[in-house]
Amino acid sequence: MNLAWRDIRHKLGRFVLTCLGLSLLLAVVVTMAGIYRGQTADALALSQAIGADLWVVEAGTHGPFAESSRVPGDTRELVARINGVVEAGSITFQNVQIDRGGRRIRLQVVGYEPGRPGGPIRLVAGREITRSHFELIADRQTGLALGEVLRLGRDDYTVVGITSGVVTLSGDSIVYLSLRDAQQLQFDLSPAAARRETARGAQRNQTDLVNAVIARLATDTRPEEVAEVIRRWKHLSVLTDEQQAQVLTRTVIERARRQLGMFMSVLTLVSAVVIALIIYTLTMDKIREIATLKLIGAPDRTIVGLILQQALLMGMISFLAGTALVYAFSGWFPRRIVMLPEDIATLFGVVVVVCLAASTLGVRAALRVDPGRALTG
Amino acid sequence: MDERPPPRPLVELRGIAKHFGEGETRVDALRDITMTVSTGEVVGLLGPSGSGKSTLLNVIGAIVEPNQGWMRLDGEMIYDGQWLRRDLRRLRLEKIGFIFQTHNLLPFLDATDNVAVVLQLAGLAREECVRRSVELLDYLQVGHRRQAMPAQLSGGEAQRVAIARALANRPRIILADEPTAALDSARAGIVMDLLRKLAAEQQASVIAVTHDEKILDRFDRIYRLRDGLLVKTEERAAA
Repeated sequence: MNLAWRDIRHKLGRFVLTCLGLSLLLAVVVTMAGIYRGQTADALALSQAIGADLWVVEAGTHGPFAESSRVPGDTRELVARINGVVEAGSITFQNVQIDRGGRRIRLQVVGYEPGRPGGPIRLVAGREITRSHFELIADRQTGLALGEVLRLGRDDYTVVGITSGVVTLSGDSIVYLSLRDAQQLQFDLSPAAARRETARGAQRNQTDLVNAVIARLATDTRPEEVAEVIRRWKHLSVLTDEQQAQVLTRTVIERARRQLGMFMSVLTLVSAVVIALIIYTLTMDKIREIATLKLIGAPDRTIVGLILQQALLMGMISFLAGTALVYAFSGWFPRRIVMLPEDIATLFGVVVVVCLAASTLGVRAALRVDPGRALTG
Repeated sequence: MDERPPPRPLVELRGIAKHFGEGETRVDALRDITMTVSTGEVVGLLGPSGSGKSTLLNVIGAIVEPNQGWMRLDGEMIYDGQWLRRDLRRLRLEKIGFIFQTHNLLPFLDATDNVAVVLQLAGLAREECVRRSVELLDYLQVGHRRQAMPAQLSGGEAQRVAIARALANRPRIILADEPTAALDSARAGIVMDLLRKLAAEQQASVIAVTHDEKILDRFDRIYRLRDGLLVKTEERAAA
């Protein structure tokens, strides 16, 4: 007979409640791991959706995601002519805030040239932008529907297509406009500001600017070779897609990632302490039974087994329940939760180790119990 | 004609002493205890609180290590200035059965498994453990409660299950700490008669601590203790 299981069955309600509490705690740990991964996934989502081999940006900058970058609109033609470049496209990025249904929503507007790289890769509804002005493709997360009209700047845009799962590194939704519309939105002055500029004799505002030019290369072309050609021009910087990903994950969101990592470590430590206290309390509640077992001749391995088996069962059930809970409610979180099988397996291993380590306190107490205690009234 | 083998010593203590603490806080719990209990004997330990009865029981049960003297259990020298056997729990499992003041049944096991657990610890197969447990419970007339949990048993039933557990491995020495304290006088008499019967049948020794004057006639011999000393030994013609 398995004493651990019999004891659990005897106090099943208490065991279930303990597991429930612990599962909520472990769910927070799993969630933190999911948010950690989700942040990386969000950070790379847009650049991966764009699918560029090279990012051509303003000289001395690290690309449009890390810092401000402006290059002339005709840069695309220059890049497209380089040997090995299959296609190139100009893109702009701009953050806007809209009021919708009484809520303020932050959006990132991506301007691209329809038919060239930089636009949405996969639409889940509607069509591509076909008119040169006033059409928009929105991510599903914005809540915008096909045919809906959205005012951006001084113009109204009609939603003609819907994408899914593409967000910025801060989790904001993305809308796509044609490059011309996006340039006007970003660089055009309001009439009052334009009049003020004219009055003070300033030069006419230059709007044919883009934030980056992206290039797709032939399969047999090494990105570094083409990048070297572009770098010789001096007035431009270039990043390979791999470098862009590094900028995004190791620089732009590094501090947030470390913060999450630290928080997850603290939570794991707190969980370990809580598990240790629970196991210790459960053991202390059984002191008389343990003394009786010792008195009737049970070896230490039987008593240690009783505690370890219960600790492991509690940890494993709580972890599985916590993970299931996070899976079930991951869609309700405002940020993306990404749970990779390897992360879940690692966390499971950590929980098992934590349970074993946390049991030492209870095991130590149990092994110190004097069997004579069973004889006292 | 009685065909039983002649009595032989099962518990032999010579000059056993035990103290707790040192210096000013030293308490001599047992002083120069010498006693012998033979097969089939039922012996009582009497004395006021703090006289050393429970300590003596713990010493015989290899739970508390004495400071002086020697002790032989079932012919095996167990203590002679130090423990001579390392695996004292195994010794308890094989040779000693304990009956507690309160039954001390494991609350998470039913009556059958409370008995079977001792047999399982001794290495018997599960089926054999259950078969022998059921036999014992039937013998002690609690077989009809074999599936009941300890909380569902009356005081008398629980005590009989505890006795079944104490007897499961057919121990040579049965140590009982106030075995009738929780029982009325009628049930106390039944339990003591049962212990006498088992001691006779299994050629075991029963050593019981008691305060219960009503059951004194069930003992073959009574040792009276005071301040850790054996002050009186009464031989009785048990009923």
